[in-house]
Amino acid sequence: MTIRTEPVTVNVGPQHPSTHGVFRVRITFDGEDIVEVEPVFGYLHRGSEKLAEERNYVQVITLTDRLDYTSSMINNQAYCLAVEKLLEVEPPPRAKYLRTLTAELQRIASHLIAVGFFVQELGAFGTPLMYSFRSRERILDLFEMLCGARVTVSYMRPGGVFADAPRDFWPALDRFLEDFEEELAEMEQLLLENEILMVRTRGVSPIPAEVAINCSVSGPVLRASGINWDWRKQEPYDAYDQVEFDVPIGSNGDNYDRFWVRMQEIHQSLRIVRQCIAQIEPGQVRLDLPLVLRPEAGREAYGRVEASKGELAFYLVSDGGISPYRCKIRSPSLINLTIIEHLLVGWKLADMIVSLGSIDINMGEVDR
Amino acid sequence: MNCQLASDSVLYANGLYRVVYNVAGSFLPCWLAYLIAGLVIIFILVNAVLLGAAVITWGERRVLGRFQNRVGPNRWGPFGMFQPIADLLKLLTKEDLRPQGSDRIVFALVPILMVAPLILLTAVIPFAKNAALASLNVGVLYILAVSSVSSVAIFMAGWSSNNRYAMFGAARAVAVLISYEVPVVLSLLGVVMVAASMSLGSIVEAQALPFILVMPMAFLVFLAGMSAELNRSPFDVAEAESEIIAGYHTEYSGVRFALIQAAEFGGVGVVAAIAAVLFLGGWSGPWSEYLGWLWFLLKTGVVVFLFIWFRATYPRLRIDQIMAFSWKFLLPLSMINLAAVTLEVFFLRGDDGSLTTADLGIMAAINIVVTVVSVIVFGNLIRDRVTLRTRQPQQVAVPGVPTIEVS
Repeated sequence: MTIRTEPVTVNVGPQHPSTHGVFRVRITFDGEDIVEVEPVFGYLHRGSEKLAEERNYVQVITLTDRLDYTSSMINNQAYCLAVEKLLEVEPPPRAKYLRTLTAELQRIASHLIAVGFFVQELGAFGTPLMYSFRSRERILDLFEMLCGARVTVSYMRPGGVFADAPRDFWPALDRFLEDFEEELAEMEQLLLENEILMVRTRGVSPIPAEVAINCSVSGPVLRASGINWDWRKQEPYDAYDQVEFDVPIGSNGDNYDRFWVRMQEIHQSLRIVRQCIAQIEPGQVRLDLPLVLRPEAGREAYGRVEASKGELAFYLVSDGGISPYRCKIRSPSLINLTIIEHLLVGWKLADMIVSLGSIDINMGEVDR
Repeated sequence: MNCQLASDSVLYANGLYRVVYNVAGSFLPCWLAYLIAGLVIIFILVNAVLLGAAVITWGERRVLGRFQNRVGPNRWGPFGMFQPIADLLKLLTKEDLRPQGSDRIVFALVPILMVAPLILLTAVIPFAKNAALASLNVGVLYILAVSSVSSVAIFMAGWSSNNRYAMFGAARAVAVLISYEVPVVLSLLGVVMVAASMSLGSIVEAQALPFILVMPMAFLVFLAGMSAELNRSPFDVAEAESEIIAGYHTEYSGVRFALIQAAEFGGVGVVAAIAAVLFLGGWSGPWSEYLGWLWFLLKTGVVVFLFIWFRATYPRLRIDQIMAFSWKFLLPLSMINLAAVTLEVFFLRGDDGSLTTADLGIMAAINIVVTVVSVIVFGNLIRDRVTLRTRQPQQVAVPGVPTIEVS
C-alpha cells in the first residue's frame, strides 16, 4: 500500500499572532516544508498618499506618524526633509542636532521592538520582549517630555522641530543612557550567543547580495547580506555629517545576521546620541516660516532618510497650492517584502515566522 | 455486616480508604461500602488535581511575571490567588463553539480524554507514607502506560477540529511524544533496577540517597523528555503560539478549553510529583512520619518551578532539531546511564540482591563523573557547528556584486 500525500494550502494571516499586524500569506506546504508563497496585502490600506493631497503641508506630518508607528520620528524627518527641499530652506543647527538625536533614539526603540519580536517568534515566551519593552518605555517617556506624545509624535516641522527640549529633558536622557547600557548588556548576554537562538537562525533563509540588490531591499536586511549601504553615510542629512559612526555589516545574510546587525546598530545609535549631546549648542530650533506653506508651482522634491527598516523616502510635487499635488511614499517595509519568496520557499513552517520577523515589516507602512 | 478488605488488595494500604470502607461497611452491604469508599476517594482526587492545576496556573503566571519584569495577576484575592477562578468563570460563560465540518463526537471527547489520564496518574502517587490510593506493584509501568494516552487525545483534537493549524500541531505532537517516550523509559529502567521494585512506595523507601544524586543523567533525560511530553518550552512545537496559533487546541473554546488548560497545567503538577517521587526521595525528609506530605509538596513545587523557569528562558527548537535532540543526544545518554547502572548494581549488590547506603554513595560518585563527561562529549558531537565567529562592523567585499557609488 502506498500512502498518498498532497500539498496543503494554508492562509497564514490576516488573523495570526505573529504576522506583524494584518499581513496575509497564502502558503502551500508539503508536510512542514514551504513550496509556494503568495503574499496578500492591503488589509490596512488607509489611503495616506491620497489623504496627503487634501491637507496642507504641516498637517501631513500627522499622517506620516501613522505609517510606521514604531518609528514615527524618522517618518517625520523624511517628510520634513522633502518639504525643506521643496522650499529650499535649511533648518538651524540646533534643530538638526535635535532631529538626529530623536531619530536615533527612535531607531533604538524600533530595533528593540524588532529584536524582541524576533526572539518572541523563535518561541521565547515573552521574556526578551519584556526586556526590550522595558527600555523602549524609557525612550517613549523621553519623547513625551519633548512633545507630549509617545508613539505618534509629530515632533518635527518643516524648518526645524516643534519646540526646544525642556530643561529636564537632558538629565533624563543622561539617566536613560546610563541605565540602557546595563539593560542592553543584559539582553546581549541572554541573546547574542544563545545556543538555541543560533541553531534556529544560523544559515536559515540566507539572502545573497545579488538577490538583495536586485530586489532593491534596504536597511538592516541589505546590510546583513554584506553590502555597505547606509543613506546616513552615502548622503548625509541633518547632523549626520557631524557625527562618527560605523555601519555594521553581516556576512551571510541569514536570519542571525539580520538580528545581529540590528543589535550592533543599537550600539552605533547610542554613539550618535552621545555625540549629539556633546556637540549640540543653544540656538533657534525652528525657522520662521509661514503657517501655511505654498511652495512654487511645478517644483518637486525627494526627501530620503535611512529609517530603522530601510530607505524611507517622500516624493512631493507642488502645484503652488497649500497642499502637495502628489505625495508618493517609498516605504522600506513594502520593498523589503519583495524578497519573501527567496526568504521562505524551501524552509520550514517554523522558519517562516522567524524569517518574516527578521525583515521586520510593519503593516502600517506596507499598506499605507 | 462486617466487611473485611483483603490485606493484599491494592487499596488496603490507603488509610483513608480503609476508614471510609469500615464506617460504611458497618451498616451497608459490602459492595456498596466498596463503591462509596471508592467514590469518596475519587471525589478527593479529582478536586485535588483540578485545584492543583488552578494553583499551578496562578503560580506560573506570577513567576513568569517576575521573570519578565512585570507583576502578573494580583487583583483578586491575596496575591491574585483567585485569578484562576475568575478565568474559569469567564470560560464557563463563553459560547460553546464547534467548527463547521468537525467530527462532533471526537471533538467533544478530547477534553475528557485529556483530563482522565491525569486523574488516573494521581491514583498511584504516594503523597506521604502509605497515602497512595493504590500502591500498585507495577506503578512505574502504569505511569508510562497511562501518560501515553494523552498523545491519542492530542491527535484526536487535531483530526476532529477541521483546522490545518490543529492538524500541524497534532502531527508534531505525536512525533515528539513517540520519540521522547524511548529515552524516558530507558532512564526510568535505571531507577527500577536500583530500587529493585516498580512500586512507587518501594522506590521512595529505596532512596536512602535521592536518585537525583545516584543517577543524575537519568534525571536530566527524564526532565527533558517530560517537558517534551508536556509540550512545554523549549519543545512546545505542538502548540507553538507564534507559528501555529495554538496548535491542536486552536478551535477549542469555553469550557472545553478550560478543561484542556486544566489538563496541561495539571500535567505539569503530576509530572513534577512523579519526578519528586522517583528522583527526589518523595516524602522522605526530617520527621517524615508527620511531615511527609510537606516534603513531597515542597519537592514537587521545586520541579514545577524548574518547568516554569525553562518556559521563561528558552526559545523553541525546530521540529527536526527536537527529533535530533531526542535520538542523537537523549537516547545515547539514557543508554549510557542504563549500562552504568546495570554494571554498578551487578558488582555492588549484596548476597540478597540489596544495595546499602554506602553502595548508593559509590554509585553517585561514579555516575556524576559519567554524567559530566558524557554530557560534554555528546553535547559537542551534536553542536552542529554553532561556534561563534566574532564579526566586527566592517565593509566586506562581495564577489559578483556590482559596486554602487553615489556621486
